Amino acid sequence: MTLKGSAFIAGAYEHPTRKADDKSLAQLHAEVAKGALDDAGLTKDDVDGYFCAGDAPGLGPLSMVDYMNLKVRHVDSTDTGGSSPLIHVAHAAEAISAGRCSVALITLAGRPRAEGMATGTAPRIATATAPDVPFEFPYGPTIVNMYAMCAMRHMYQYGTTSEQLAWVKVAASHHAQHNPHAMLRDVVTVEEVVNSPVIADPLHRLDCCVISDGGGALVVVSPEVAASLKRPKVRLLGAGESPKHQMGGKVDLTYSGAVRSGAAAFEMAGVNRSDIQYVSIYDSFTITVLMQLEDLGFCEKGQGGKLVADGNLISGVGKLPFNTDGGGLCNNHPSNRGGMTKVIEAVRQLRGEAHPAVQVKNCALALAHGTGGSLGTRHGSATLILERQ
Amino acid sequence: MTAQTRKIPAPQTNPENKPFWDAAGEGRLLVKRCRACGEAHHYPRALCPFCFSDDTEWQDASGRGTIYSYSVMRRAPVPYAIAYVTLEEGPTMMTNLVDCDFDALRIGQPVKVVFAPTEGGAPMPMFTPA
Repeated sequence: MTLKGSAFIAGAYEHPTRKADDKSLAQLHAEVAKGALDDAGLTKDDVDGYFCAGDAPGLGPLSMVDYMNLKVRHVDSTDTGGSSPLIHVAHAAEAISAGRCSVALITLAGRPRAEGMATGTAPRIATATAPDVPFEFPYGPTIVNMYAMCAMRHMYQYGTTSEQLAWVKVAASHHAQHNPHAMLRDVVTVEEVVNSPVIADPLHRLDCCVISDGGGALVVVSPEVAASLKRPKVRLLGAGESPKHQMGGKVDLTYSGAVRSGAAAFEMAGVNRSDIQYVSIYDSFTITVLMQLEDLGFCEKGQGGKLVADGNLISGVGKLPFNTDGGGLCNNHPSNRGGMTKVIEAVRQLRGEAHPAVQVKNCALALAHGTGGSLGTRHGSATLILERQ
Repeated sequence: MTAQTRKIPAPQTNPENKPFWDAAGEGRLLVKRCRACGEAHHYPRALCPFCFSDDTEWQDASGRGTIYSYSVMRRAPVPYAIAYVTLEEGPTMMTNLVDCDFDALRIGQPVKVVFAPTEGGAPMPMFTPA
């Protein structure tokens, strides 16, 4: 079943908070839901499908449809970590195509900052019964040192440098200076990135994303519902998803599931890499962006360092403008899951509603890509290709 | 920077992986190998992750391997080196690199297994430059 043209993103909303001391988790989910429905010109009574992942409280969809008093006939709680919202968009399109719903609400929210989480540097157990835990947890795997091992191997195998990785952060900071909600709005230089303290070799503090509270929501609707709404129309053109893992011990840290999710999305969309005018790329760390751009086919494997260097990712400067909201590296990484904000900024670009200083001229075709879980162990990749209609 | 001793949490064992930890307690590193397809894998499973045969057996590993990748966690109360080491038997396993100069570590470097005590559980296999 192709999903091409099967659904539209009609509503998108990013919560302005970055530290939610005075809000509950369920409240954040509901506030972003309200924001996205208002944006679409719909009400909660129009919602007949609800999607959320492990960041939602309690029993996920059950707890949240109760809290929001939604009367839905379809729920989906697929959880691939930070890429979940991208997968939810594709699954919403599938559910719409199958006639199981016509207005799908997707929410993501979290408050790791208010809770004082050492998100990147403290070893965490997702589920104690996971079969990998005894063979990994005692060694102290953290989010940052797992991505660091990918960077270390990439440097060894392809000659990638810390300076090239730093350019990813430099580009994000150029965009974040225009976003009043961004946590980090100062433009930084390559030197500042490589001279910031090393967290886990070879990643520096400024190679890492922010820890922030907040969230976001999307409303995905059928073509019939979309036709009745007033906002600019963003059409789903292609979607792909793929988990990748340690392959029974045949570990290969040089590529991600984006190799498969990207190829599937491009095939469905029927467009070329060179047609894409804007990309939202998951940026938990600088290495995440570099590897995913290679795996999505924007350059040959191993050439990501050259692709991201010298301002090539800066809107108005380079050939491949990315994360024009400042991304997870500077703007927002709510609930330690950056996928939602990736889709939201792609929607802004396609509507022509990004900040004027970073808006891509006549942006008609955009790609959003997420990686959830950990690039160094097991992760879920998801790619969306979206067009303005 | 030289490796210091840090507290290692005990691995939570279960019936499927208990022989691995029992052997670790005797200073032996085991891998699982499939009798049907001949492939060794890690972490160990009852069912072969390559051909799904349930005819898998424990095998003593040589304890020698090479560093596939590593990272020194500098921002930790006691800095430590996490790594993937590719065993002579084939599989690549997550581990720590210990009793070494962190700044002299290199990808491709030969290493050998040592066993580190944990807090009230089986020792964990770790590696040191060979």
